[in-house]
Amino acid sequence: MPNFLVNYYDRKALSSIFDAKFSNPNGYLMSTDIRIKKGLHINLVGAAELTNSKAVLSNVYAFNLNDFHGMTPKMLVKEGAEVKAGEPIFYNKDIPEMQFVSPVSGEIAAIERGARRRILMIKILADKEQSQVQHEKIDHLSANAEEIKSFLLKTGCWPFIKQRPYDFIANPETTPKSIFISAYTTAPLAADLDYVLQGKEKALQAAVTALGKLTPGDVHVSIGKKGNSPMAQLSGAKIHKVSGPHPAGLVGTQINKIDPINKGELVWTLSPQDLVIIGECLLSGIFNPERLIALVGSAVKNPKYFTTKIGAEIATFLYGSGVNIKRFRVINGDVLTGLRSKQDGHLGFYNNTVSCIPEGDDYEFFGWNKPVFNKVSATRALTFSWMQPKKKFDLDTNTNGEHRAFVVTGMYEKVFPLDIYPLQLLKACMVKDLDEMEQLGLYEVIPEDFSLTEFVCISKQPHQQIIREGLDLLHQEIG
Amino acid sequence: MSRDKRLTFKKRLHIIKHQMRGKKMAPAFNAFHTFLFAPDETTHNGSHVRAADDLKRTMNTVIMSLIPILIFSMFNTGYQHFAAIDAAAGVSRELSLFGNFFTFENFWLGLTLVLPIVIVSYGVGLLIEFIFAVIKGHEVEEGYLVTGMLVPLIVPVDTPLWMLAVAIVFGVVIGKEVFGGTGMNILNPALTIRAFLFFAYPTWMSGDKVWVHQAMERTGTADAISGETILGYLAQNNSVEGVYSISDMFFGFIPGSIGETSAFLCLLGGLFLVFSKIASWRIMVSAVIGALAMGLIFNGIADAGIISESSNFYGLMSFDFWQHLIVGGLAFGIVFMATDPVTGSQTNRGKWIYGFLIGLLSVMIRVFNPAYPEGVFLAILLMNVFAPTIDHYVIRGNVRRRMKRRKQARIYAPTAAAEELEAETV
Repeated sequence: MPNFLVNYYDRKALSSIFDAKFSNPNGYLMSTDIRIKKGLHINLVGAAELTNSKAVLSNVYAFNLNDFHGMTPKMLVKEGAEVKAGEPIFYNKDIPEMQFVSPVSGEIAAIERGARRRILMIKILADKEQSQVQHEKIDHLSANAEEIKSFLLKTGCWPFIKQRPYDFIANPETTPKSIFISAYTTAPLAADLDYVLQGKEKALQAAVTALGKLTPGDVHVSIGKKGNSPMAQLSGAKIHKVSGPHPAGLVGTQINKIDPINKGELVWTLSPQDLVIIGECLLSGIFNPERLIALVGSAVKNPKYFTTKIGAEIATFLYGSGVNIKRFRVINGDVLTGLRSKQDGHLGFYNNTVSCIPEGDDYEFFGWNKPVFNKVSATRALTFSWMQPKKKFDLDTNTNGEHRAFVVTGMYEKVFPLDIYPLQLLKACMVKDLDEMEQLGLYEVIPEDFSLTEFVCISKQPHQQIIREGLDLLHQEIG
Repeated sequence: MSRDKRLTFKKRLHIIKHQMRGKKMAPAFNAFHTFLFAPDETTHNGSHVRAADDLKRTMNTVIMSLIPILIFSMFNTGYQHFAAIDAAAGVSRELSLFGNFFTFENFWLGLTLVLPIVIVSYGVGLLIEFIFAVIKGHEVEEGYLVTGMLVPLIVPVDTPLWMLAVAIVFGVVIGKEVFGGTGMNILNPALTIRAFLFFAYPTWMSGDKVWVHQAMERTGTADAISGETILGYLAQNNSVEGVYSISDMFFGFIPGSIGETSAFLCLLGGLFLVFSKIASWRIMVSAVIGALAMGLIFNGIADAGIISESSNFYGLMSFDFWQHLIVGGLAFGIVFMATDPVTGSQTNRGKWIYGFLIGLLSVMIRVFNPAYPEGVFLAILLMNVFAPTIDHYVIRGNVRRRMKRRKQARIYAPTAAAEELEAETV
């Protein structure tokens, strides 16, 4: 058959598949490319070496309730109670079936509370002999959506599923229009997913198959174009090859390019490492919170990967690899979006990166007008990072200037690839204009999408906080 | 040794800063402190690292691009004064760069005339900024650093200092502070100051006498000299041919407001600002296109014989369209005033429209304004007022796209919003 005819028939076949996909979301695999041009690659010192060590066993594990924004916990066990690994210890007050299970077996050592008795942290003292809750296995291939949902809720895997809008844990009573998973990392120093997912294909496949039943739409998986992702061969998912600078790897960028969220729609997102936990749980019936994490940053002497568990003490792997300086900041997550932690803090529920960077609480003589060679900048105003594209920078936590009103325009657009006006959306959030917030696309974003605009912001405005408060307000007023 | 000294100085300032915290004068102290030392502030949550630029650095970049213009203007002020005296005495003068332009005599005269204006501009303007910062308890914002440099460059050299001071008080208080200070103003403060001078003291600010030092004082005496700008010549239907060459106009060896004359230096400054990514190239390019377009239209009208040569507007209308860019304040306005991010259009598409209209209106007002043959500052102020409207429509485009997408989308979750959408579509 001549070439053009082949194309013609292909196209015809394709369109019929296209029509069929709603009835059978897991029917075929298609690959599309996404190229992001706007953005900024921030090259930092302290990337993790691709070697894996086992972290020292942690004595205490903890849940930091700040990881679950918008969720009010209700305790199931009291201080001093003995729990098994995988046993529920608290649940979401608004959605009681959403349970959070203990990563280890041990004793509930402390329930730390803050103002108005809000729970801040739950600490578990690990037993020497670990015992696991063994759940009844289900056949994820034949199970229906309801069975999968109840399995994920029961085993404590559910909280890994996040939803947009609002960036909350997904409500199990809802149905998303599609599910997005980004297996491409572009954030500075973030763990290399191609490396940490190696050998986990079976678990990933199980999780993707199961999750595919929870949506009438597609499961979208994005992988790096150049990388060698174990997720490339998944079936039952749409694979997208993504290239470009940060924020190309953020799932929000990919959603905006692939299938943007409209008002009234829900999209669920998951991170691939959480998929592994879900997949292993589906296959074995055991909630195994083990995770390969990257310890990175210029403050770390030997940045590398560690196998550890959710909630483990950061000190158990931090001191094993040594530190260069005394005063540094520990961040649960990457340097742009992570939560501030402490050296005696605990690994967060969602993150697979722990960054340690120097604190920058020092003055700099004429810091505002002398030429700058050792800091990253998106401009060329006597800043010379544009001349050193290969250089790795050692950034600290200094703001490099004071908080000001919004002045300069056009800067954010250069690093913000979404089809949204960032400055205007931020201003709408600041003045609490609900109509404007909706119309300008607040439903499509979560704070991390504004991490890069916050980084380049000349006025040093707290973009992520502004967006978070805007989302909370919108949720409170409209729901 | 010196390092230790600096450390103790740094420490001492740090201690004072903490002692001042919460006090009325804290913003004033902090302004000086942050001028000397970039602050020790650290990030909290969100992005834990930040880019190197802050507002001070941004403003400083603009000031750096203005410094060559300021220095050139000092030479030119002197040169124009002595050239006018020569011309009045009937001595013909040939411009020679190092013979009679870059001379100490010119520079000294320029310095003694321009420096006081710069000092008054910064002194009065920053004083008001400090007062407002102390009253309102916020930090002194850097907006005036650029305004304070722009103002001396856009006023005539003989502007009385008290007049300038009054105008600056008006411009900063009414033009900026009442709206909430830097970042909140609708009109460009420097141009508000310029407009105030023009409308409050029209006899001083317009006509053919104010552009060269002493032209006003000497009027009616035996030593009278001319102080006419090129646009003034043209408005009276005189040709500038033979008086000023194209290169005079381009390089700026012509009379005019202190710093506006050199299109060449404005071009260099503009290139620097675009390269450093501080100013918007979209505004600059579209403004140039707008000015050329309007110039072409006027040339066409003049060439087609629609207006007679005796018409009041013939001189300016028949002026070669591209030469509009190198006379008057157009180049300066486009590069340094139109690109003000606060008062200009804030969306990329809006910037194209905003800049184009500035160029168009500048040339139009220039040609049709009988009292004062220059239109740039009026055009920019007018477009400052319209910039939010332009942005509004550009942003509506984005909103409409989102609405359309939503209507086409298949909504999976039957929520209240979906029902509402159903109702809308029905």
